[in-house]
Amino acid sequence: MTAFWIIFTGALLAASSGILGSFLLLRKMAMIGDAISHAVLPGIALAYLVAGFDTNYFLLIGAALFGMITTLIIQWLDKRIKMQTDASIGVTFTFLFALGIILISAFASQIDLDQECVLYGEIAYVPLDLIYTASGESIGPRQVWILGVNLIIILIAIVAGWRGWILSSFDEEYARSLGIKTTIWHYSLMMLVSLTTVVSFESVGAILVVAFLVIPPATAYLLSDKLKVMVVLSVVFGVLSSIMGYYLAWVLDSSIAGSMAVSAGMLFLLALFFRPKEGIVVKWIKFSK
Amino acid sequence: MSSKDLIDFLLLRDYNVLMVVLGTVILGGSAALVGSFSFLRKQSLIGDAIAHSILPGIVLAFLISGSKNPLFLMIGALISGWLSISLINAIVNRSKLKTDAAIAIALSFFFGVGIVLLTYAQHNSEGNMTGLDQYLFGKAASMNSLDVQLFALMAIVLFFFIIIFKRAFILISFDREFAISKGLNVRFYEWLLSSLTILAIALGIQAVGMILMAALIITPAASARQWTNKMGLFMGLTVLFGMIAGYFGSFLSYTAPQMPTGPWIVMVLSFITLISVIFAPEKGIVSRQRKKRKNQQKILIENVLKSFYHIGETKKEIDVKRSPLELNVKLQTEIKRVIKGLSILERKKQVVRVGESWALTTEGITESRRIVRLHRLWELYLTKKMLIDPSFVHHDAEAIEHVITPEIEFQLTKELDNPEIDPHHSRIPKIRT
Amino acid sequence: MKNALEVNDLTVTYNQKPVLWNVGYAIPEGKMTGIIGPNGSGKTTMLKSIMGLVEPDGGSIRLFGQKLNKVRHRVSYVPQRESVDWDFPISVMEVVGMGRYTKRNLLGKQTKEDQDYALEALEKVKLLEFKDRQISQLSGGQQQRVFIARALAQHADFYILDEPFAGVDAASEAAIFELLTQMKEEGKNVLVVHHDLQSAAKFFEYLIMLNTRLVAAGPTEEVFTESNLESTYGGQLNILNSIGEQLKKKSFPIRE
Repeated sequence: MTAFWIIFTGALLAASSGILGSFLLLRKMAMIGDAISHAVLPGIALAYLVAGFDTNYFLLIGAALFGMITTLIIQWLDKRIKMQTDASIGVTFTFLFALGIILISAFASQIDLDQECVLYGEIAYVPLDLIYTASGESIGPRQVWILGVNLIIILIAIVAGWRGWILSSFDEEYARSLGIKTTIWHYSLMMLVSLTTVVSFESVGAILVVAFLVIPPATAYLLSDKLKVMVVLSVVFGVLSSIMGYYLAWVLDSSIAGSMAVSAGMLFLLALFFRPKEGIVVKWIKFSK
Repeated sequence: MSSKDLIDFLLLRDYNVLMVVLGTVILGGSAALVGSFSFLRKQSLIGDAIAHSILPGIVLAFLISGSKNPLFLMIGALISGWLSISLINAIVNRSKLKTDAAIAIALSFFFGVGIVLLTYAQHNSEGNMTGLDQYLFGKAASMNSLDVQLFALMAIVLFFFIIIFKRAFILISFDREFAISKGLNVRFYEWLLSSLTILAIALGIQAVGMILMAALIITPAASARQWTNKMGLFMGLTVLFGMIAGYFGSFLSYTAPQMPTGPWIVMVLSFITLISVIFAPEKGIVSRQRKKRKNQQKILIENVLKSFYHIGETKKEIDVKRSPLELNVKLQTEIKRVIKGLSILERKKQVVRVGESWALTTEGITESRRIVRLHRLWELYLTKKMLIDPSFVHHDAEAIEHVITPEIEFQLTKELDNPEIDPHHSRIPKIRT
Repeated sequence: MKNALEVNDLTVTYNQKPVLWNVGYAIPEGKMTGIIGPNGSGKTTMLKSIMGLVEPDGGSIRLFGQKLNKVRHRVSYVPQRESVDWDFPISVMEVVGMGRYTKRNLLGKQTKEDQDYALEALEKVKLLEFKDRQISQLSGGQQQRVFIARALAQHADFYILDEPFAGVDAASEAAIFELLTQMKEEGKNVLVVHHDLQSAAKFFEYLIMLNTRLVAAGPTEEVFTESNLESTYGGQLNILNSIGEQLKKKSFPIRE
C-alpha cells in the first residue's frame, strides 16, 4: 500500500504539473515556472510558522500569492525599470528563495522544515500522514487529498477555458484585438502554477517540481503536433516517470522525488534521440546511409 | 557577539576570519566578473542551469575519489557543467524547443541526477558526506587557508584570461554576427568563455551554494548596469558589487554561524540592486521622478508666462499687473498651481508681486515673448511642413514649445523663412536683441 | 460619402521616442487602402493603434464613426506572420476557428455555425484540403493565407492586415491579392501595410504615406507622386528628429 500511495501522489502531482507545464512551455515561460517554484518558499515558510502548513487550505492560497508577487516584481523590473528579462527573473527568484531559507533557518525551532525537504521533499512520508473520519477510519493520505483537489481545480479551469488558453497562448495580440483581456488569462495561469508548486512542496520540494512542470510537457511536445494530444501525453509521461522513479529509488536506495525527476529526464532524452522522423539518432542513421 | 568581536571581524584581525573573508571576496568578485558577460549575452539563466548541473559532478567525483579535495570536486563540476551546456545546445539546435525550455530541462534533470547520487551516497557510501551540503547553500566558514590559496590561484587564472581576451569577449557578446564577419574564431571564444563561466560557477558555489548561484552571476551585473553605460565602469562595478556581497555575506554568516552563507550573500546583493534601482543617476527612480517634477515645473511657469502674454495681447498692454484668477482663465488649472508658478517666477525675477497681483519684469516680458514665439513657430512648422490642419496643431505646440532649444528655433526660423504670422493669423513675436 | 476610418491628431511614442506624430487622415468606405513608408516609419504602430493594441499619447480614432469597442465585431485584424510561433501544436482548422472567438463565447464550445464559417473561409483561401495539417507543415504563403482565413471567418466589414505579402512566394502573392480584391468587391474595407513600392501603386486605390508624420493620404493617382515619395523615403525631417531627441533626453511628455 505504501508503494501505491507514493506512486499515486507522484502521479497526481505529475498530472497537474504536466497540464500547466504544457501551457508554460508553449508560452515560452518555462523559466518563469522555475522562478515561481523557488519564490513561493517564503510563503511556505510563513504558512508553516503560522499554522504548521497545510492544515488550512486558505494558507496554501496565501503562500501561493508569493508566486503572484514574483511575476509582478519580474514584470515591474522588466517593463518599468527596463532591466533585461533574464536578469529580472534571476534577480527576483533568488531574492525570494534566499528570504525563504533565512526564514526557515531563523525560526528553525518553530518551522518544522529542513533543507533536505526544501531540496527534494519527503514523498516517502506521504503514506504516514493519513486523514481520519470521525469514526476513526482512514480515508487516505492528506497529501493525496490536497493534490487531488488541486488537480480537479486545474482540470475544471483548463476544460472550461480551453479556447481562452489556446488563443492567448498562440496569438496574444490577436486575442487582444478581439477585445479579450489576456492579462486575466496570464495571471490565472500564474496563480494555478503557484498553487501547484505550493501543494507539491511537501512531496518534492521547491526545486524538483520544475522537473515535473517542464520535462514531461517537453517530451510530449516533441512527439505531438496537436495540443490536446500534447497535454494528454504530458500527463502520461508524468505518471510514467513517477512509477519508474519509485522503482529506481527502491533499487538505488535514494531519493524518490529525485528519481522521478531523473526518470522524466530519461524519457525526454529517449524522445530527443529516437523520436520518429526528427530524432537525432534517426537523422544520423539516415545521413550515413 | 560583542562589539569588539565585530570590529575584529570587520578589520580582519583574526587569521581564520581573514581567510574566510578573503575566500568569499575572491569568489564573489570572479563570479560577478564572468557573470557580466553572461548578462551582456542575455544568457544569465544558463548560469543558473550550470550551477544546478554541477551537483552530480561533485557527488560523483567524491564517490570515485573518496575525498573532498576541492581540486577533484572541481574537475567533476567542470565535466557535468559542460555536459549540461551541451545538452542545452543539443536541445535548441536539434529540436523545436526554445532556449528557456532547454535551460529548465537541463537544470531540473541534472539536479535530479545530483539529488539521486547524493542520497545514494548518503545511504550507501562509507565516506563521510558531511560537507557536501555546503555546495548546496554555501558555507564560507568551513574554508581553510589551503582552499583560499586554491581559489586565489583559480581567480588569477580567470582574471588573466578575461583581461587578455576582453576585447574578443566583448565583441562576441555585443555583436556576434559582426565578430564572425571580422573573421574572429567565434566558436573558440565562446567555448573559452563558457569554460571560464563553468569554472567561476564551480568556484562561486562554495560561497553562495548552487541553488542561489544565479544571484552571483546575474545580480551584480544587473545592478551595475543601472549605474553606467560605459563598458569599463560596468565591469568594474560588477566585480565590486560581487566582492561587497562576499564580504558582508561572510560577515553575516559569521554572526549567525548555524546559517548557510548563500542566502545572506543574496540578501546583500538584492539590497545593492534595490539601492541601484532607486538611486542610480539617470535610470534610478528618484532621478526619473526629479526629472519629471522639473519638467512639470517648467511647463507650469512657461504656461503662466504665456498667459501674461495672451492677456496683454488682447488688451494691448503686456506689463500690467494681473491677478492669479485672471491668469487662470486661459490656464484652466487650480489657482494654487498658478500661485506656485508665480512664486517660482518671482524667485527667477521674471515677475514682481504688487499687492494681490503680479506683473512681468523686463526679463519676464522677454521670456514670455520667447515662449509664445516658439509655440507659434511650431504651429506654423506643423501646418507648413507636416501639412497638418491648423485646427489640430495647438495641442502639439503646447507640449513641444517647452523643448525647443535655441538651435532648433534658429533652424525653424530659417526653414520657415523668418515668418511673421502663425496659422491662426496671430503675430509671431520677435525677440528683441 | 461616409468614412470607414478617421484618424485625428494621432501621436504615439515608444520609450519616449515619437513613432507617430500628429497623424490625421480619413479613408472613405469601400476602399482598398495601402499604408506605405520606410522601415521604422510607424506603419505597424498605426495598425496597432487602430486595433487598440498600443496606447496613444494623444489623438483619436473612429471606425465607422464610432469608437473601437462599439464596432469591434466589425473589424478584423491580421497580425504579421512572424508574430506567432508556427511550431505551436495546433491545426489549420483550429487557427481559423479562432476567428469565431469573442469575449463572450470564450468559455463555450464551437457551434455548427462557427464550423461552417471556418470551412467557408478555408475554401476561400483554397486551403480546405490542408485543414487538419499542423501549421508548421505549411509554406510561408500558406501560413499567411491561414491568417487571412481566420480574419475572414470573423465576417467583419473592415480587414486590417500587417504585411500580408512579406516573405510570400509569387503564386501566393497573386492569390492573396485576388482575395483582397474580391473582399473589396463585396463592399468590404481593406487596409494593408505594404513594403513594396513597385506593387503598391498597382494593388491599392487609396494610399497612406507615412514617415513618423503623415506625408500624404488620398487616391493613389493623386498622391503617388515623385515629390511625395521623396518626402516619404527621403529620410526624416531634421527638425522633427532633433525634437524627438530632446523629448527623449529630457524625458519630456509629448502631450502635456
